[in-house]
Amino acid sequence: MTTLREAVASLVHDGDTVALEGFTHLIPHAAGHELIRLGKRDLTLVRMTPDVVYDQLIGMGCARKLVFSWGGNPGVGSLHRLRDAVEHGWPQPLELEEHSHAGMAAAYAAGAANLPFAVLRGYSGGDLPQQTRVAFIECPFTGERLAAVRALRPDVGIVHAQCADRRGNVQLWGILGVQKETVLASARSIVTVEEVVDELEPRPGAIVLPHWVVDAVCVAPRGAHPSYAHGYYGRDNRFYREWDEISRDRDRFRAWIDEHVLGAVTA
Amino acid sequence: MAIEAARRLSNDTVCFVGIGLPSTAANLARRTHAPDCVLVYESGTIGAKPTELPLSIGDGELAETADSVVSVPEMFAYWLQGGRIDVGFLGAAQIDKHGNLNSTVIGSYDSPTVRLPGGGGAPEIATSCKDVFVMLRQSPRTFVERLDFTTSVGDRVRVVITDLGILEPVDGELTLVATHPGVSADDARAATGWDLRVADDLRQTRAPTEDELDALRSLRQKGEG
Repeated sequence: MTTLREAVASLVHDGDTVALEGFTHLIPHAAGHELIRLGKRDLTLVRMTPDVVYDQLIGMGCARKLVFSWGGNPGVGSLHRLRDAVEHGWPQPLELEEHSHAGMAAAYAAGAANLPFAVLRGYSGGDLPQQTRVAFIECPFTGERLAAVRALRPDVGIVHAQCADRRGNVQLWGILGVQKETVLASARSIVTVEEVVDELEPRPGAIVLPHWVVDAVCVAPRGAHPSYAHGYYGRDNRFYREWDEISRDRDRFRAWIDEHVLGAVTA
Repeated sequence: MAIEAARRLSNDTVCFVGIGLPSTAANLARRTHAPDCVLVYESGTIGAKPTELPLSIGDGELAETADSVVSVPEMFAYWLQGGRIDVGFLGAAQIDKHGNLNSTVIGSYDSPTVRLPGGGGAPEIATSCKDVFVMLRQSPRTFVERLDFTTSVGDRVRVVITDLGILEPVDGELTLVATHPGVSADDARAATGWDLRVADDLRQTRAPTEDELDALRSLRQKGEG
């Protein structure tokens, strides 16, 4: 147990490969904002579905490279800071390594399993294989041609969860995304939680990450907002729509960050 | 468009649904003639039964109403790759006459004029679902002779539902087989960037019924709330 500021300052270094995961649910926005406040640079950001918090990190010049499979504002449209970086190199050029969801999900699972690569039936046809890191191998048993993607092994995995107990065992439920795989695949991990409880309650569909696979647990109430925490608060759909306007213009974007991220007091 | 897509889903269809028109179509089918149609959202919810249209594929109501919630690696490995999905819906920024789709870039990959969100689940949806339904508004910018980038392949595309009508592959080429009421074959040709084939027995789609329109309105009203 530590503060988010201390955890991010000590566990994330400039140049690291960092995955802040969440599949629309439990997205670690508070931790992303801490990366911005601490001025982290040259990060390789990894995320299946980079959305608003990655748009903010990219627009603030924290990222050198993005490994991803779908980069948009879900249900709304484009990420304008991501587009500006790719199309115009603002505030700096952004290298892309693009995958499919199936490929990235498999690559996280391989990382969690300490395997060098994942195998799947995918990436067939189409132009993506020419633009990304994928190989095709022959099944040793059937001869079927299958895709192989390198395992994802981030330096730091960051996820948000509903709660932890006092020993740091973390519990999350609802849509689980690739959070478990991210923590297990990463060399170091940070979990932000809505609250610390005396004892974790059994819940249908919940998973528990034992305290000994997590490096830092930090309390960050509403730490997923504008994403949501199932059982705590709902998704702020209005904010996702507003972000479309805020992020279109560079000055308006910077003003928003100044007011809501850099100007905000950290826990 | 949503109504035409909904009509193609039956009570025992398992469909992989994205946000927007596909989600509207699948929920409409569930509210009308196919109450047991199974909605699978790629966020991991299997058998979701939302009462309102979600904004994102990970909205909380999808998990609350689902028969089962699985992790994303499991969704793609066991359920999609496992061959358990009948119908996958796709949209795109561009389509060609073979049903290949582009949702990656406009312009060149290395210096695009428009960087689109990317393929997401599309490459494997296009090759793992038994049938692929495409929903797209028809215009010469969207229906192109040559894609800027092929995100997913058209081998399993069975139907393309547009705001003007219905296209189906005939001998490997998308062919206009029906138009919506008030739309002519020439309207559809003018909105297509290649020389569009038109079926000899061109049909007209059935006008929406009152039941369909009521169900659609009720879903939309709630979704906007």
